[in-house]
Amino acid sequence: MLRFIMLALVCAVLLPVTGRAQDLQKVLQSHHAEVADPGRRTVGVVLDDLLASGLPGVQTFLERWQDKEVAVRVSDGQFFYAEEAEDDTYTLFAIPGAETVRTGVSRDAIEEVKPNGGVRREIRNALVVFQLSDPDIEKRRDAVQAIGRSLKPSHLKSLQAAIPGETDPALKARKTRLAAYLVARYGKVADARIAAIAGLSDDISVETRAVLSQILEARPGVAEALPRDANIARVLEPGSDDLSRAEAYARLVDAGRARAVVNAADIRDALAARIDGARVGGVPVAQLDTQAARVRAYKVLATDGAVPPLVTPAEQARALQEHVFFEVYREVDSRITDAARDAQASVAMRLAAGKAVDLTLDAMSLASIYFLAAIGLAITFGVMGVINMAHGEFIMMGAYTGYLVQLVVPDYTLSLVVALPLAFAVTFGAGVAMERLVIRWLYHRPLETLLATFGISIALQQLAKNIFGTQARPLTSPGWLDGALVINDVIQISYIRIAIFVLALLFLGLLLFVLNRTRLGLEVRAVTQNRGMAASMGINPDRINMLTFGLGSGIAGIAGVAIGLYAKVTSEMGQDYIVQSFMTVVVGGVGNVFGALAGATMIGFFQKGIEWFNPSNTLAAQTYMILFIILFIQVRPKGIMALKGRAAGD
Amino acid sequence: MPDQATPTRPFAARHPSVLWFIAALALFTLGVTVLSEATGVGLISTSFVKTLGKMLCLCLVAIAMDVVWGYCGILSLGHFAFFGLGGYAIGMWLMYARTEQIVLDQMTNEVLPPTGTEIKDAIGAQIFGVVGATDFPVIWAFSHSLTLQLLMVVLVPGLLALVFGWLAFRARVAGVYLSILTQAMTLALALYLFQNDSGLRGNNGLSGLQNLPGLESVPQAQVSIWFFWGSALALGLGYLLFAWVVSGKIGSVIRGIRDDEARVCFLGYNVEGYKLFVFTLTAVVAGVGGALYYPQAGIINPAEVAPIASIYLAVWVAIGGRGRLYGAVIGAALVSVLSSWFTGGGAPDVDLGVYTIRWTDWWLVLLGVGFVAVTLFFPKGIGGLFDLVAHRVAPVRVGDYGPDDGAKRKEEGPAE
Repeated sequence: MLRFIMLALVCAVLLPVTGRAQDLQKVLQSHHAEVADPGRRTVGVVLDDLLASGLPGVQTFLERWQDKEVAVRVSDGQFFYAEEAEDDTYTLFAIPGAETVRTGVSRDAIEEVKPNGGVRREIRNALVVFQLSDPDIEKRRDAVQAIGRSLKPSHLKSLQAAIPGETDPALKARKTRLAAYLVARYGKVADARIAAIAGLSDDISVETRAVLSQILEARPGVAEALPRDANIARVLEPGSDDLSRAEAYARLVDAGRARAVVNAADIRDALAARIDGARVGGVPVAQLDTQAARVRAYKVLATDGAVPPLVTPAEQARALQEHVFFEVYREVDSRITDAARDAQASVAMRLAAGKAVDLTLDAMSLASIYFLAAIGLAITFGVMGVINMAHGEFIMMGAYTGYLVQLVVPDYTLSLVVALPLAFAVTFGAGVAMERLVIRWLYHRPLETLLATFGISIALQQLAKNIFGTQARPLTSPGWLDGALVINDVIQISYIRIAIFVLALLFLGLLLFVLNRTRLGLEVRAVTQNRGMAASMGINPDRINMLTFGLGSGIAGIAGVAIGLYAKVTSEMGQDYIVQSFMTVVVGGVGNVFGALAGATMIGFFQKGIEWFNPSNTLAAQTYMILFIILFIQVRPKGIMALKGRAAGD
Repeated sequence: MPDQATPTRPFAARHPSVLWFIAALALFTLGVTVLSEATGVGLISTSFVKTLGKMLCLCLVAIAMDVVWGYCGILSLGHFAFFGLGGYAIGMWLMYARTEQIVLDQMTNEVLPPTGTEIKDAIGAQIFGVVGATDFPVIWAFSHSLTLQLLMVVLVPGLLALVFGWLAFRARVAGVYLSILTQAMTLALALYLFQNDSGLRGNNGLSGLQNLPGLESVPQAQVSIWFFWGSALALGLGYLLFAWVVSGKIGSVIRGIRDDEARVCFLGYNVEGYKLFVFTLTAVVAGVGGALYYPQAGIINPAEVAPIASIYLAVWVAIGGRGRLYGAVIGAALVSVLSSWFTGGGAPDVDLGVYTIRWTDWWLVLLGVGFVAVTLFFPKGIGGLFDLVAHRVAPVRVGDYGPDDGAKRKEEGPAE
């Protein structure tokens, strides 16, 4: 009994296959002209029929068709796979079985089918369906990508079929997601669509948002009463933020339900076209230099019937009163649109959270850049009280040092390793030289220090311009710093910014260590607190001042390399940072490394916060930030981290 | 005090330098008038008359800077911003009135006489077309009236200085902190003006200011000499005003604030009020200077307001000599003329064999290094040379180290 059933089953399975197997040729014959001489526009019908037939040999046929291996026999119009043999003859194989039919067929007996590029592209798109289950993972990936690019309802069946057999988890998730998109948008069963839509509510990708908004696509409508059977998205009140009264009236005009408003330009044109002698509507032309006079003349013309009468405000108001403005979903089932709206709200909330995280990351990276630029100043200005307007130029010198090193050392990683200490050495030297030659003569004339260092700043800037020219020089980051850490579609941060953040932290630690844990740091603090007392304790204040200034300048050089990696290296790059750096130190609190950190954090977050409200205008963000700082100093004149006790100096 | 011991001596006798300066300025003006194209023999080109006129305006803002810095000890890095604001204020009227005439000329061919709204819309489209707008921003509300805009020349810089100064001085921000804060203010203003939606044409600035509305038929040579006279008059009046301010009791107090603010405060003077008065007055004078400068320059854009310009102003005053008004004039005149000579390609290149020094490239290096040298070795600036002529030797008084050493602590001063 069992054996009998098995046999019956085998027959049931095999018979139709063998029966249908011959049908592929039949399908092809039914579209003989389109297969033998395919065109990009006509081939679609053939492909649809072939895919719909579900025959087993279709994939092979499509691949070989695409590879120009199909031929038609001239004598009976049958299609074969043809392979050229060595002696200029062809071997024909049957479609679909691929068993050899004849060898040694001459070139004249057959005609090769040669689809052009456009047709081959169509065939390739059709083949995507088969590649979804291809053993080669690359092909599967390409197929899924192709489907993702243009979602079509016809893909759904093969996509769903390809999900269970998928071994790669990432690809499986992707297939499932695409299938969900397709169900959500084109599914036939309402409950299945609602379930699919609900499943999308935790995804903030651009694709999901696009799918949801496509489901929720609405068109504007206007009627005398709200239609009962339509799936209304929302009712708009004329005069609200979403629909101004003028827009509402324009909709009425477009719908042919009201007369167009006669505006000032229309009145002018109408009057100009109807000048009769030196008068229009009885009013002399020379008097028409006010709007009131023009309206008067127009009204005369209107009563004569020469022009359409003015649309009075009362008439407009009545027209608006008599109509209701709304938007109606293209989707008729309100359950589906409700589900999509819920999903959209959930996505929007997740999106806002993601953006907040992203903004925080951005702000932290901006803060670390400000911190790097300002940390050298925190030493020279904050600890020593010396104002160095050439600090920005030290940053520039560091960046140019990095550029020069890259000219010599081609390997970017190695050049960076060389450039960082070298930049420190160069700017350390420059700082020491400046301290010895200029600043030490001016320690008690701070305003003149400001001006003298400004003189050095313009000289250095022009010198750099003379040497390196005005165009920006590249400072290329090594390959492992390229790209960005992508967490999802919203949250991402480039590796270079992470590197700068790490560098900033590193310097914070290093500086704290030097100032608080080393002999040099102790002496620096002693000299800044009480120079005379330090000197009598055997500390050489001149030497300490020189070294401290060198240290601050050297750090500016390293900051220059870091900044140069993501910004352009120009002779003016220092200028962009100098005011912000001073602000950072002043806001944070003078005389304190943590102050610079706090100042940089506050300024970074504040600037990004303003940019969030007004993303298109970074100039405005900077303006408001500076105004905020000026006001902030009113509240806390000594900055966020005011020094307490004797060290404060007053 | 010697001033009060001889109250009957006239102002000019007590301050002979004022007379000398006014005489020199009058002579200079006369000389340029005689040599100019429009009113004299034509030895000086129109563009050079304009350069000299602009130089006088820069001298005016320089003496304002000298009063606020050299006499009161406030190193303001914002006075060129006030200068620029004055320029913008007058520029708005010049631009509006001139565009109005152009628009009216264009509209004479229209069939109907234009209405007020149409004219205004057309002017707006002309002026703001470059920044993609057509409507007049609120700040242009008075631009149709010369009187009101002239008032703005004084009010806008004055009010800004008043508010900013009140905030800063009230918070006891002084010394280098105040300098940085004024620089921040200048930067904020420049960044604001750089925006297209600031209502002042962003990066493009205001242009065509050399064409005076209603005076199209007057040649530029004539206009330039008018402006030259105006600038000379303004400089002369400004000099007199400041000489009077710094000579009397106010002058003594503000010098006292410069040298030892705490002590003046303990003597019962309202230090904040004095500082605010000086800061605001000088800002207003700077605004007037700008209103005279930019019609001669023809264009004003936000780059003029950038912080660097204000620092240059301080450099001029320092080179000329702080704490004396004629020093500021000398510094501003000398450096601005030298600067245009060097950068304009007037200076001959120096061929060193291996390298040719082109002064257009090296002038800023020279200025920077020279400025450092002046700060280090000649703190009195060029004006200090006059002391040699006048044999003026500052009396050695304990606790008073004069304008240059005023910021010194007691222990760094000369031995008592």
